[in-house]
This record gives sequence, C-alpha cells and structure tokens, in this order.
Amino acid sequence: MALDGVGWHPAAWREPEARTDELFSAGYWVDVVRQAEAAKLDFVTLEDSLALQRDIYNPATDGPRRVQGRLDAVLTAARVAPLTSRIGLVPTAVVTHTEPFHVSKAIATLDYVSTGRAGVRVRVAPFEDENRHFGRRELGAVDLAQARESTAASPIADLFDEAADYVEVLRRLWDSWEDDAEIRDAATGRFVDRDKLHYIDFEGRWFSVKGPSITPRPPQGQPVVSSLAHGATPSRLGARVADVVYVTPRDRADVDTTVDLVRAEQEKAGRAQDTVHVFGDLVVFLGETTQAARDRKARLDERAGAEYGSDAHIFTGTPEDLADLLLDWHAAGLSGFRLRPGAVPHDLTGITDGLVPALRGRGAFRTDYEADTLRGLLGLARPANRYAA
Amino acid sequence: MSKPVKQVHLAAHFPGVNNTTVWSDPRAGSHIEFSSFVKLAQTAERAKFDLFFLAEGLRLREQGGLIYDLDVVGRPDTFTVLAGLAAVTERLGLAGTINSTFNEPFDVARQFASLDHLSAGRAAWNVVTSWDAFTGENFRRGGFLPQDQRYARAKTFLKTAWELFDSWRGDEIAADRESGVYLRDDNAGAFAHHDEHFDIEGRFSVPRSPQGRPVILQAGDSDEGREFAAEAADAIFAGQRTLEAGQEFYRDVKGRLAKYGRTPEQLVILPAATFVLADTDADAQERADVIRHQQVSGQTAIKLLEQLWNADLSSFDPDGPLPDFDPVLGEHTVARGRASVRMHRDPLAIARQWRELAEEKNLSIRELIIQVTGRQSFIGSPETVAARINELVQADAADGFILAPHVTPGGLDEFADKVVPLLQERGVFRTEYEGTTLREHLGVDGIDGVDRAAR
Repeated sequence: MALDGVGWHPAAWREPEARTDELFSAGYWVDVVRQAEAAKLDFVTLEDSLALQRDIYNPATDGPRRVQGRLDAVLTAARVAPLTSRIGLVPTAVVTHTEPFHVSKAIATLDYVSTGRAGVRVRVAPFEDENRHFGRRELGAVDLAQARESTAASPIADLFDEAADYVEVLRRLWDSWEDDAEIRDAATGRFVDRDKLHYIDFEGRWFSVKGPSITPRPPQGQPVVSSLAHGATPSRLGARVADVVYVTPRDRADVDTTVDLVRAEQEKAGRAQDTVHVFGDLVVFLGETTQAARDRKARLDERAGAEYGSDAHIFTGTPEDLADLLLDWHAAGLSGFRLRPGAVPHDLTGITDGLVPALRGRGAFRTDYEADTLRGLLGLARPANRYAA
Repeated sequence: MSKPVKQVHLAAHFPGVNNTTVWSDPRAGSHIEFSSFVKLAQTAERAKFDLFFLAEGLRLREQGGLIYDLDVVGRPDTFTVLAGLAAVTERLGLAGTINSTFNEPFDVARQFASLDHLSAGRAAWNVVTSWDAFTGENFRRGGFLPQDQRYARAKTFLKTAWELFDSWRGDEIAADRESGVYLRDDNAGAFAHHDEHFDIEGRFSVPRSPQGRPVILQAGDSDEGREFAAEAADAIFAGQRTLEAGQEFYRDVKGRLAKYGRTPEQLVILPAATFVLADTDADAQERADVIRHQQVSGQTAIKLLEQLWNADLSSFDPDGPLPDFDPVLGEHTVARGRASVRMHRDPLAIARQWRELAEEKNLSIRELIIQVTGRQSFIGSPETVAARINELVQADAADGFILAPHVTPGGLDEFADKVVPLLQERGVFRTEYEGTTLREHLGVDGIDGVDRAAR
C-alpha cells in the first residue's frame, strides 16, 4: 500500500469523508496504517520529497488547488511504529541532497523503534525546486525521458549512480557493527569489542564516508531497500541495490517487458542469486460495481478539471476484478503489488475490506502475519554481516 | 515585599556516552533498544518534567587512534527516536541535539516542523556547532568549516531555519472542498536566503506547526555560547551548580538579553546536574563515593588524564602519582570526537592545580580524577536534595536543572518518586501539566511573539 496524503487523485481531498484537515496530525497516519495492518498487508510506503507536492502527470491541478505540504516520512513512520506491531514501514528518503550517514542511522533507528519492521524507499531528486532548497549543486540538463530509454551517461544517470553509491553506504553502515559488538565485559572494563566495529572507508565520485555508524546494527541486519523504476536507468538502480523494485506496467504484456528489464539488469549487476522482488504499482479506484467505480472516478476527474493521469496503470472497477488482474499479473512474473488508493478512506477500505477478502477467497493472501519482521514477511532471510570474520 | 516564589523547571537527559553512565551496574539496560527510551521518557512524564533530552555525536570517539571502548558506545538517530517517543508520551517536551555544521537548514527545519506536528507542539532543538575534520569524515563536505566560523554558521543556520518556520503564518490552508481551493495563499512557504553560508530559495514544505518554531536550546558556556543563547535561545543548558558561581552566570547571561530586545523570562537557565539519593545524607555520601569509583576505573582515570595531558600515558599506574612532565600543548592528538577536550583551555594551569591537590592530599591518579572530574551535583536525602534545588532556583543561581541519571533507563525513578513530591509539596513544581506545548511548560512564548528573524 502506497500512502500519499488523502489519496493519489488530486481531488481526493475534496471528498466528504476525506480527513483533509488532519493531514498534519499523527492520528490520521496512525489510523490509516492500523487499517492496513488489520488487513495484514505486508507494508506501507510513505511518499516524500524536499519540496511542495507537484505531479508531472497531472500538471493541470498543480498549485493551490491540490494538497500542499507534508510531514517528513521517516518521522511519520517512527510516530506510527510504537502503535502498530506487525506491518512493515517504508518511508521515502531523498538521496540526492541528504547525507547517507544521517539516513542510515535514521532507518536503523526506525528498525529499532518498530522492532524489525523498517524499510526505505530511495528517491532521487532531479528537479530544480528541490535543488534550490539546498543550493549546493548544478543539476545539469535533466532529461527524464532519455533516462528511461537508455542507461547512457547523462546528468540524470549520474543522479542514479550517486543513489547507488548512497545505498552502498547505507548498507555498509548498517553492517559496520557486528551483532555481538556490544560485550559489556566488566572484567576488562570494555563496553564494546572494537574489533567488531568496522570503518567502511567508502570513497566514491560524490562523497566519502568513513564510518562506523553511531548506531549499532539494526534488528533486521539490513532493513529492506526499495525503489521505483520507470524504464532503463531507474531499473538499473533498483536491480543493483534494492530488495524490492516497484514497476509500472501498463498492461499484461508490459509486465513481461518491465520484469525482464529488471531481471536483465540484476544479472548484469551480478545479483542473479539475490532475491529481488518486483512489485507492480497500480492506482486503484474501487466500487461495488464497475459503473459505481467509474462514476466516482469521473466525479473526481471533473472536480480536478482534467482526467487523472499516472505513471502507473489506473484500475477502475470492483475488488473482484482487481483480484483477477493482480493474479493474472502475478502469474506473469510480479511478486507483489504496491497499491495506491485513489482516495482515502474510500479506496483504502476498498482494498482492506474488498480486495483482501477476494484474494483470500482464492487462497492468494495471508490470513495472519507469518513473521514479525518486514524481511520475514518478504521471505528475506536475515543476512550475514559483510564484515564478520 | 518578598519576591514571588519561582517555579522549578526539570529536564531529563538520557544517559550519555561518557563515564557518568555506569553500564556495569546490574540494573543497567540497553542504550539502543527503544524500550529504554520509552522507560525514561515515561518516568519523566509521570514526574511532570518539562522535557526529555537527547545529546548527539556523529563519530565514534577515539583515543590513541582506537575506538574508545570503556564507555557506552552507540546511540540512535535523534529525530527518529523523538518521533517514536511522541507516540508513547502526551505532554513531555522532546528535545534533540542537532548539529548546524553537518546539516542543511531546509532539511533540519522540515524535520523539526514535522516533529512539532507529530508531537502536537513538543519539539525542541539544541543547536550545537562542531567543526572538526574528524567528524566531517562521515559527511559529504568533510571538515569544510574553519573552527572560528562555527558560531557564525550556527547563527545564520538558525536564522535561516526561523525564516523557513515563519514562511507559513498558519492561515494559508483553506481546504475548501466546495470551491476546491486548498491554499488561499498560493505563495505560502516562499523564502529566499542568500549569504556566505546558504544560498537557497523556494517554498518551505511543512505548514506552520503548533509551536511555530521549536523551542531553541543552547549548551555552550563560552562567551560566544552565552551571547548566542542570549540572542537566540529559549533555554540554556549551562551554568554553575554552586550558589555564588551560579548567580554570577545567571546575572551575566540574563543581563545580555536586553540588547536583543528580550526580557529575562525569555531565557530559562537549566544547568546540567547529576544526583545521588539515599535515606540519609551520610548514606548518600557513601553511595556517591561508590558510584564515583564505578565511573572512574583505573583505566578510565588514565584515559581522562590523557585527555588533559594530550599524551599517551598508558604506561602509568593509576594507583601511582601524576606524570612528572607537563601536558603537551598544541593540537589535540590523543582524544578525538570529544567536545570536552576543547574545554581544557589552559592545560598547564589545570595540571598545576591538579598536581597541587594530589600532593596536598597524597592522591593517586585515580583518586585525583575521581575528585576533580564529574563529582555529583546533588548528594543527600530526598529532603536535602529538594531543599538544595529549590534554594538554588529561588536565589537565581538557576531556573531548574537538566538531570542525567547514571543508570539507564531506571535511574530517574528514585528522583521522580522521592524528590519531585517534596518539590510539589513546597509549591515550587507543577503537580499537573498546565499547557500542552513545551513553550507553555517553560513559559517562553514565541508563536505569535516578536519576529526575531525579521531583525
């Protein structure tokens, strides 16, 4: 489940039942994550950026007629963590202007606060508005379309390469303490065994980081890393560094293409043996009948003044039909799905109370949590520490 | 006419990564599991403390080229733990130490504004400056900042953050479902700041939070630190714990406020303090001595001595006399990542005092270090400690204290159970929270107050 404001449609905030006035209060976020947890979803992602929201797929509604402003995703996840117990929490972290040292310890700490349920979705920030808020670099000519076509060198390919270095630093810092580094040995007076703390000595084109982390290795060892991939360059990033890659196929045939692209990059990155989940992203507008769902989306579109656009496939229909589609795409090679509710609470409830029972009826979704860590829910073992002898 | 009775302010410091914290105590728990933070924060809230405080360190300390292993090592990310604690407390202020050197204003401001929303108005920021290239090795820009510019950067960093907090007034969100107008001001959050440290402009992305600006704390005791606090802080974690020295500090700092158009009440003075309680004063003295010996082992004594001497003293016997040579002056090369070594401003003079004391009382290295470093501030029965705290506050030697227990996480329980009720009986400490925000607890306005950023 991908959470963003009161839903992904730019007019969702105008729905009568939308909790628009509570977007900046903790209670709203606690409630929606708890609802997802009650339905036994694997995890929620929280969107974030270092600027006011804008939506390149819905330019007509950008500006004062859409929700503007949001809370930091990592902190929102941490605020929700003590009040939930099983669901994974995957905030977005921007990796272009921020410090890998800070983000590494923040996600490690989220893993402590949630006792093993943390992940992170890494996002590059190619836009000038975010850049001007930091004022530390020249972005160069950013051509998103070109980066989707090929992985050839370009300013935006550099941002993705920097992101790969960034995740490498996150992962090394998470491993920079061995699990049993804290010894509390009264006999010798030593709190830690310093031989089990490791300098990571990362040196790259964009930054160098010495380490070790100030935060011990988190409960999961390595929290789950994920990224969204449209096309060549972002798919290469996901295949190189992530545990979960979100893709946006438009139809079933496109599922094959997008999954193949990630798998090919995974092979090239030497990770063929690693588990890399490929999740399909869909925006969903649900209704008791197909017509009801269409009518509701049409009403939202009318209020927004333009038909809703998205990078992802837009599903409008019943939970049963959505279950059919997901199982079909699952058979085509997707390991799971990240659903973006068009409007909350309506489509969130459509997922938790409509889709989930429909999938269970087909034996295709859990009835209870089978693990108490996010890695466990995703079938990922707790990894060995790269620095352990 | 007698002076009105002042109210005491109290803050709880999560035990830090120095030798004050006795990790070898059988009651000592984890320094990293979230449950320890919950325990201490909930104790502080039960006792109606003003705030809970986390320090920061961005590089593991080293001494003699090796990671320092005698004290607690490791801590969580400040913002993330505080956001988690906001879920399990309701009124307690949540204060985090965040560095102005290895961060950028936009990101720090959005995190504090987010924390203030997520805690419904309880966020506080202890602004610290650092400059050392040693810490810089963990960050993109390395050791980019010359030492003499660290306060200049901190000041402009804070001023910039204020501009970001103030870029939303609080009335911009219309959220009118009928007309479809979400923002009635389509320029909400606009800012521009250009100076030698920051060259940024755009729109801030977090609408105005309950406190407007988080409470600003400052810990520096130097002249620059005092001036910074007088200009910009709502509370200062510095000062002296003896009556006369405390009064002098208090007068000095509060006297600096007027030139910034501020009144004395707008800065709360909370010196750091430790405590040892027992049924009688004599028992407490005995217990304090036992704790000091736990805090300063022979190994630790040598390490602390090295921090002043700036030399490898590993061949010295902690039960023997001080070295017969003077401290090594110049760049500090022995201990790194430790702010306290910079506080030894005149190592030769301090060494002379230590030597005189050691000779006069015939003290070994370890016994000397036990006496001259980190002696507990309040030692005695609950009655004695409550009376002493109140005396110092009423005599304007402080407005309250930030207390660091020596055992994690249960070390505050005794104070909460035994001393706080006595302060409450005296009518000098709240029995219930009166407000909901930290600014209300501390009695420092700032939401709709003077716009300091504009000056």
